[in-house]
Amino acid sequence: MEEEKKVRDIVVPGEEIVAEGKPGRGVFSEGGKMYSMYLGIVDVRSGYVNVIPLSGCYIPKKGDKVIGKVIDLAPMNWVVDINAPYYAPLHVNDVPWRVGFGDTGRFLEIGDVILAKVSNVNEMGQVWITLKEQGLRKLEGGHLIHISPSKVPRVIGKGGSMIQLLKDSTNCRIYVGQNGTIWISGEPDGIVKVIKAIRMIEREAHTYGLTDRVKEFLERGDE
Amino acid sequence: MGMKSDIRLIDDNGLRIDGRLPNQLRPIKMEVGVVKRADGSAYIEWGGNKIIAAVYGPREAYPKHVQESDRAIVRARYNMAAFSVDERKRPGPDRRSVELSKVISEALTSAIFVEKFPRTAIDVYIEVLQADAGTRVAGITVASLALADAGIPMRDLIVGCAAGKVDDVVVLDLNKEEDNFGQADVPMAILPRTGEIALLQMDGDLTYDELTNAMEMAIDAAKKIYDMEIETLKAKYGGDVNEQ
Amino acid sequence: MSSKFTEGVVAESKRSYIHKLASEGTRIDGRDFDEVRTIKIKTGFIQRADGSALVELGDTKVLVGVKIEPGEPFPDTPDMGIMTTNVELVPLASPTFEPGPPSEEAIELARVVDRGIRESHTIDMEKLVIEEGEKVWVVFIDMHVLDYHGNLFDACGIAALAALNDATVPAERFGFGEDFKLPIIHYPVPVTFAKIGEWIVADPNLDEESIASARLTVTTNEEEKVNAMQKGLFGTFTYEEVKKSINRSLSIGKQVRKIILGDENGKEN
Repeated sequence: MEEEKKVRDIVVPGEEIVAEGKPGRGVFSEGGKMYSMYLGIVDVRSGYVNVIPLSGCYIPKKGDKVIGKVIDLAPMNWVVDINAPYYAPLHVNDVPWRVGFGDTGRFLEIGDVILAKVSNVNEMGQVWITLKEQGLRKLEGGHLIHISPSKVPRVIGKGGSMIQLLKDSTNCRIYVGQNGTIWISGEPDGIVKVIKAIRMIEREAHTYGLTDRVKEFLERGDE
Repeated sequence: MGMKSDIRLIDDNGLRIDGRLPNQLRPIKMEVGVVKRADGSAYIEWGGNKIIAAVYGPREAYPKHVQESDRAIVRARYNMAAFSVDERKRPGPDRRSVELSKVISEALTSAIFVEKFPRTAIDVYIEVLQADAGTRVAGITVASLALADAGIPMRDLIVGCAAGKVDDVVVLDLNKEEDNFGQADVPMAILPRTGEIALLQMDGDLTYDELTNAMEMAIDAAKKIYDMEIETLKAKYGGDVNEQ
Repeated sequence: MSSKFTEGVVAESKRSYIHKLASEGTRIDGRDFDEVRTIKIKTGFIQRADGSALVELGDTKVLVGVKIEPGEPFPDTPDMGIMTTNVELVPLASPTFEPGPPSEEAIELARVVDRGIRESHTIDMEKLVIEEGEKVWVVFIDMHVLDYHGNLFDACGIAALAALNDATVPAERFGFGEDFKLPIIHYPVPVTFAKIGEWIVADPNLDEESIASARLTVTTNEEEKVNAMQKGLFGTFTYEEVKKSINRSLSIGKQVRKIILGDENGKEN
């Protein structure tokens, strides 16, 4: 499999995948053959053949850190849009504040943005999130953009290298939610630069040599 | 079907009024990602048909009573623009579009892993901007592209194609005149990988042999359209694929 | 609410039972795969209609009334009469039918029955002209489902044909000469199949319909021509299955046609 990292094959739904390995994520088997579920790229690692979708919604996983927007208030919880097929309730027991019945609006209002963690997901697709952990909080100000959740790993980079590069060269504070929502705060020029760089990563996520090109872009300051 | 006319639809050389051979498709052009706001979208020109499709979802289905606890519902809405046909069409759903929306929804569902998204809806909006016969099969084809573009998990792409009979000849992909004055139309949608038939309708007057001829012609042509679909989807990301 | 035709969630046990029976070549009500339920036809049931038929297909019961009135022809067919079809799924017929505007199921049903009749040229429309370009007879086919136990496509199609075959054009009432029998020149019969697992059965009953993955209606006429097809539900058919179903429809349709035309037992008139 020495060639596996050279070319990222794009496949379409239902396309047969010929590769060594067990069917992994985004792949289904039928009659002993593997097929892609998605328009995506084939990724063979650790003995599994995966297809990483090139687009699509966020599917919540327990433990994911996500950025969401409060879209509704209830007496005992907030309703948060985390860019998934389902809205996520945030219960008053899952926040670091003591909230009285019907008092939710005093702490988080509609439109507020939070950095939260997915605390549970059941097989019905219902999602629960929490703010009770170090670092989770309401995000004040800043700028929000969305990317395809499948491209989040590229924006973060290996061991966080890409995101560190972005932060260092723009002096911006950046949070990347696993759900594809990204929060950026800093000087306007820096924010614009970060957004441009992220759009570039998004566009070219399925190519190689990306980190170098992004570095070059950030140093040069234009595309 | 079946309007009477003196128009000859097949000439002495066996060619059709637009110059095609009996088993020839009209020109087809496809593009994906045309509606930026949508989760996925596509556009198709097929003969004189101009059709756009956009996908939203999966998203929580409302009203709540339409939710299915074990799967997503697929809600295709086939809609013809008022200006899409010669005589202005009254806007809004009529009985025809309600029926077509239903069979298209069912056909698309057969290809989607709906069980992955309980309680959600996948909305597929198909807008016929200009109609030139075969809108439902072109519509299902463009919807399939939009679904793939939206990252919806599917076991196959879907291809629509029709065949029929004009002047006693079995022909592929009827155009408007042939549809109006022809003797039969057989719209189909096919899952090309397995050859399964996901949509099948027919009206007119066909013997068993004519009908099977027509179906085989459409199934054959579906393979060509399938190749175009694959090419179109890959082209969206294609330019950069092999870059080092 | 996948379909208003299905009766909610089917017990898994029932599903596997029906599958098991199918694998043994039989069905929950003991029929063969190609066997249609008992058909009973009572024509002339509604005296105020110009033609009518009360049809029972097993426990499924449908009443079709035909009314014929003078009206204006369509501009593009000045020398032909007009027909329209409508289905009402009235709430009395099933706990799953709701009052209100026609559901998409009712619309699909009406349009499939309509296509069968229209495309086979059942009615000799050219004989329904009173004054060319000015006045023609309009045939209204209204289908009322009275008891829903599966396979409305065939029940409605059979009842519509029986009612049309029973109809008289009420010319006298409108001062256009003598009454005459509605001219029927073709006899289309729909046969619906349900795919259950890998098996395909004709004329599905309610239990079978509720677990079917796919449905196919094939309408054929007395000249062995196919006039209409409609595939439904979320499942698929292979091409071979479609071809077989068309052949089965041709032979089953022949038997059903005899019953409709009163050539065989089953007509109660």
